[in-house]
Amino acid sequence: MSGVRVLVGTRKGAFILTADGKRKQWDVSGPHFAGWEIYHLKGSPADPNRLYASQSSGWFGQVIQRSCDGGKTWETPGGGVVTEPGKMPTGESNKFVYDASPATGKPLTTHQWYDGTQHPWEFKRVWHLEPSLTDPDAVYAGVEDAGLFQTSDGGKTWLELAGLRGHGTGPQWQPGAGGMCLHTILLDPSNPRRMHVAISAAGAFRTDDAGKSWRPINRGLRSQYIPNPNAEVGHCVHRIALHPSRPGVLFMQKHWDVMRSDDAGDSWREVSGNLPTDFGFVIDVHAHEPDTIYVVPIKSDSEHYPPEGKLRVYRSRTGGNEWEALSKGLPQRDCYVNVLRDAMAVDSLDACGVYFGTTGGQVYLSADAGDSWTPIVRDLPAVLSVEVQTLR
Amino acid sequence: MIRVVLPPHLRTLAQVRDEVQLDVGGRVTRASVLDALEARYPVLRGTIRDHVTLQRRPFLRFFACERDLTHEPPDAPLPDAVVAGAEPFFVLGAIAGG
Repeated sequence: MSGVRVLVGTRKGAFILTADGKRKQWDVSGPHFAGWEIYHLKGSPADPNRLYASQSSGWFGQVIQRSCDGGKTWETPGGGVVTEPGKMPTGESNKFVYDASPATGKPLTTHQWYDGTQHPWEFKRVWHLEPSLTDPDAVYAGVEDAGLFQTSDGGKTWLELAGLRGHGTGPQWQPGAGGMCLHTILLDPSNPRRMHVAISAAGAFRTDDAGKSWRPINRGLRSQYIPNPNAEVGHCVHRIALHPSRPGVLFMQKHWDVMRSDDAGDSWREVSGNLPTDFGFVIDVHAHEPDTIYVVPIKSDSEHYPPEGKLRVYRSRTGGNEWEALSKGLPQRDCYVNVLRDAMAVDSLDACGVYFGTTGGQVYLSADAGDSWTPIVRDLPAVLSVEVQTLR
Repeated sequence: MIRVVLPPHLRTLAQVRDEVQLDVGGRVTRASVLDALEARYPVLRGTIRDHVTLQRRPFLRFFACERDLTHEPPDAPLPDAVVAGAEPFFVLGAIAGG
């Protein structure tokens, strides 16, 4: 029997929503880690019951949580499993220290601050966890201030892939309004040595040697709000997505503009087409149709809500440029929520399910690839991230 | 025994219901108390002070005997009543919205 497990990170805890393949009746579990910000949870493609969660707080910093049973119980890697409700485990799993050792060649200690001066790198939180496609113990973590870390022991210890910060453009990176975060990590299923990441506000970067060396891949991006609109770095990329069957084609929701690359990021072209606004955060690809993509247009960078108070997903079946509004089942008046960059995901059932969460605490599902929508839950804390596991 | 009172989220994280009692060898200072606390509850490493610099996290404060000890040097001796176990050492989260 197939089913889906939706992993929802919110401002005040994590929630796990489960249903069978019909996606009609939902069981809601949570809040897990109540009161903490859960920026992201994600399951391992190699072992669906292995979940990782980023738990953080402005007061107490970062904790990594791990589950080996699909979210029923959790542990901080290195500690023991806790089964009693309300308890948390005790192992240390939160040591993220930037690598400034001479052995890595280019220790880098500063980036550009809001006022144009140089500022030291300071770890704040993990924005995104990307488990390996093949090893349940291997996970990448994208962090603020922007850097990429890796664990190979199930989250107990974390080491920085310092070649990203050290490749040369790091001193030009600067924080966006939400901080200087590495929020997107895309693994190439056809090439284990290739990975793409995206940073606000620096841009997109690619490695072809498993994270040792990196280069910016921002040619074709144009950002009118920076001194050189066509600069090599400095672009506020909000999200990148790919389809696993065609990993050389990338889709990007930039601060403004929806973009497409057909050469793994070497060059980009705009595909905003007839969107009512090309500002937004999320972008994702249909599980079975590599040219069908989804965005949620947001009015502007100072008005983080949908145009006209109408919440609409836009779908393109042509890989961009031609978009149709999807509104059936979504609020079409007085709606002023936002949909944050990690808060959309798809399942791989027939038909493809599309999910997104809002800052108003709703998680919406379309079980027909976007044609119609229904809320799974309506009143969670503000949703930061949504991931979906298709269970077979 | 040194008595330490943690804020609720850290009590949950460390799986303790009430105040923590610690054996602290040598001089009883904020640094030595936090060293002993983190040795017994490794999950608390990084939650009160930075892993590397050992600097206090900005929104946490330290109190004992009705005194704010937050800005005392970490190696300053704690009050006699804390050393004697008559009064607890408090780790507090700053009151802030969110």
